[in-house]
Amino acid sequence: MTRTLITNARLVDPASGRDDAGAIAIDGDTIAIVARGDDPRITDFDAMLSIDARGAVVVPGLVDLAARLGEPGSEHAGLLESELAAAVAGGVTSLVCPPDTDPVLDEPGLVTMLKYRARSLHLARLYPLGALTQGLKGEALSEMAELREAGCVGFSHADVAIRDTLVLHRALQYAATFGYTVWLRPNDAWLGNGVAAKGPLATRLGLSGVPVLAETIALATIFELMRDTGARVHLCRLSSAAGVELVRAAKAEGLPLTCDASIHQLHLIDVDIGYFDAAMRLVPPLRQQRDRDAIRAALADGTIDALVSDHTPVMEDAKHLPFAEAEPGATGLELLLGAALKWGQASRLGLARTLAAVTSRPAAVLARSRGAAESAKRGLDEGAPADLCVFAADESWTVDGATLASRSRHTPFARHEMPGRVRCTLVAGELAYEAAR
Amino acid sequence: MFGPRNPQLNGNDELIHLLSIEGLPQATLQHILDTAGTFLSVSERDVKKVPLLRGKSVFNLFFENSTRTRTTFEIAAKRLSADVINLDIARSSTAKGESLLDTIANLSAMHADMFVVRHSESGAPYLIAQHCAPHVHVVNAGDGRHSHPTQGLLDMYTIRHYKQDFTQLTVAIVGDIVHSRVARSDIHALTTLGVPEIRAVGPKTLVPGDLREMGVRVCHDMAEGMRGADVIIMLRLQNERMSGAMLPSAGEYFKTFGLDAAKLALAKADAIVMHPGPINRGVEIDSAVVDGSQSVILPQVTFGIAVRMAVMSIIAGNSP
Repeated sequence: MTRTLITNARLVDPASGRDDAGAIAIDGDTIAIVARGDDPRITDFDAMLSIDARGAVVVPGLVDLAARLGEPGSEHAGLLESELAAAVAGGVTSLVCPPDTDPVLDEPGLVTMLKYRARSLHLARLYPLGALTQGLKGEALSEMAELREAGCVGFSHADVAIRDTLVLHRALQYAATFGYTVWLRPNDAWLGNGVAAKGPLATRLGLSGVPVLAETIALATIFELMRDTGARVHLCRLSSAAGVELVRAAKAEGLPLTCDASIHQLHLIDVDIGYFDAAMRLVPPLRQQRDRDAIRAALADGTIDALVSDHTPVMEDAKHLPFAEAEPGATGLELLLGAALKWGQASRLGLARTLAAVTSRPAAVLARSRGAAESAKRGLDEGAPADLCVFAADESWTVDGATLASRSRHTPFARHEMPGRVRCTLVAGELAYEAAR
Repeated sequence: MFGPRNPQLNGNDELIHLLSIEGLPQATLQHILDTAGTFLSVSERDVKKVPLLRGKSVFNLFFENSTRTRTTFEIAAKRLSADVINLDIARSSTAKGESLLDTIANLSAMHADMFVVRHSESGAPYLIAQHCAPHVHVVNAGDGRHSHPTQGLLDMYTIRHYKQDFTQLTVAIVGDIVHSRVARSDIHALTTLGVPEIRAVGPKTLVPGDLREMGVRVCHDMAEGMRGADVIIMLRLQNERMSGAMLPSAGEYFKTFGLDAAKLALAKADAIVMHPGPINRGVEIDSAVVDGSQSVILPQVTFGIAVRMAVMSIIAGNSP
């Protein structure tokens, strides 16, 4: 049992709005004391490890609701070890992975194995989503109760649209029976086939376009099914201004709904595709400026609950193809904090509100999906799990795929300047990452 | 924010690849057309050759079959005295699983000087231009729905030949515009050359309203599209679009948007009729119009050789 003391820190706890100087004492895997540095409980704390956080911010560890890890099935692109190391290098202490692995996460044994492998690495905490239907084929329901017992925090269809509305209806009914949360990316199976957002850019480049309708029709369907079944849904990767409006109205109506958007939709638009830059081949496709503006505003006002990295390891060669044939996805775990800070600075939100989008708010989505007790200690509360990120807010760095811990180097943010440099990350009280000095 | 620089131009804004007409200055287009004019006479001589590309190797890389376009490039390169190597890649290496860039690396090692590329995916020639050796030039011979710049240029040559001035014209492009790389190249070229009215004519499934973003007037009525036009460019209707969710039947298409003498009569009396070929007689255009006095479809083919000679000789003369 390690006893750790973090001193001279700026403590930011987005859940409570706390933003002041202080120290944190960690006993084993929990936060024991949060107090001023001269508090006798701190000065008398007998620490085995001391971290001087002078000039740095201490926040609850980041929670990423969408990160693929390469395993099982895409080990050439990413390994559990490399991608979880990327997570802690980015200050991410908990992450949710979608079930579109190979084989698909529709077998309890597979989930148990994945969780066991992740745990034994002592890096970030891994929360898998189970497949909503067997093999993600959209036909037969998976064994949700069994998968839940094995550790799935919810059920998802990843990026595979369910064509058959009857199956989706049944899946929501069944999930609602047990109070499970269903994680869905709103995308119509037929209209959603394309490699870029429909619009002037796709028209000029001759790329097949996905209309906004693909998102809004799927949302309308999901909301109707929620009204009928009472199922709780988390919407993944919202991409359009019209979609944001529908979500805002559905939340106002009181539907049990949360949603996220990715760092790509927060910062990039279709024009960034330039001359067929395959790094910009992403799912969902990048939309127009007004969509990006709406997503930025909705993340600030809470309509969008969480910002996610949508981390997807892609092997080196898989992007060296014509745009439409290139594999979609990008590395992102190490960019989540910087992307959030960049948005927060531009939107003048202040650090606590900015970081809420990657800490307390996704943590709340995850807790609800896990069915965790409302009374559980969170954030920088005494008694909360000691999952912490220590970062220098006023240092910046330039993104270079080759220097990332992730095995996958493709990112549309290459050469972008990112604010905030992670100094160290603690998971369950243990030092999981420490930046080279 | 400034985007990446146009990859088909060198530091002096000279053309080193021809990938798309979009973004090329008007002077560059005019220069190509002027140069093509000087090559037209070469094809009429007894000895149809000039030595501009002597000792150079031009590789025709057709990842998608097209005998006609490949042949015109082959003739153009040979008339410039280049050595021409035709690779029907659709049926060779990539079918064995070799990646596009491995194929390019191998051919570069054979000391290619120029790649003429046809590919079914939009943007493929950009990828090749990005990854081939710096002295190698790339000509896009058609990529997906994106661009077919030499076809666009030969269409401009044809229009200039018959109409001289671009700045007073009404040009109607009729047919499957949404899937057409020819239409995109024509629209960019016509816009750059100052044509005041470009009409995109066809049903909403083939001519969606957002084509307006490219600077064209969208017409869903054939009569409206034809009225007063100086130039009519008919597009080929691909077989796979003749029936299905895009169009109910070839017959209904001909009736509504096919060009026959009655519809042509709505255009100006001296209007010219163009078509990139191959033609579906009786689908998008009536035989009588193809063979009629206003058709310039065969001259287009002749001009196409001269335009391709011009493009190849110009880019080969510019260094990266």
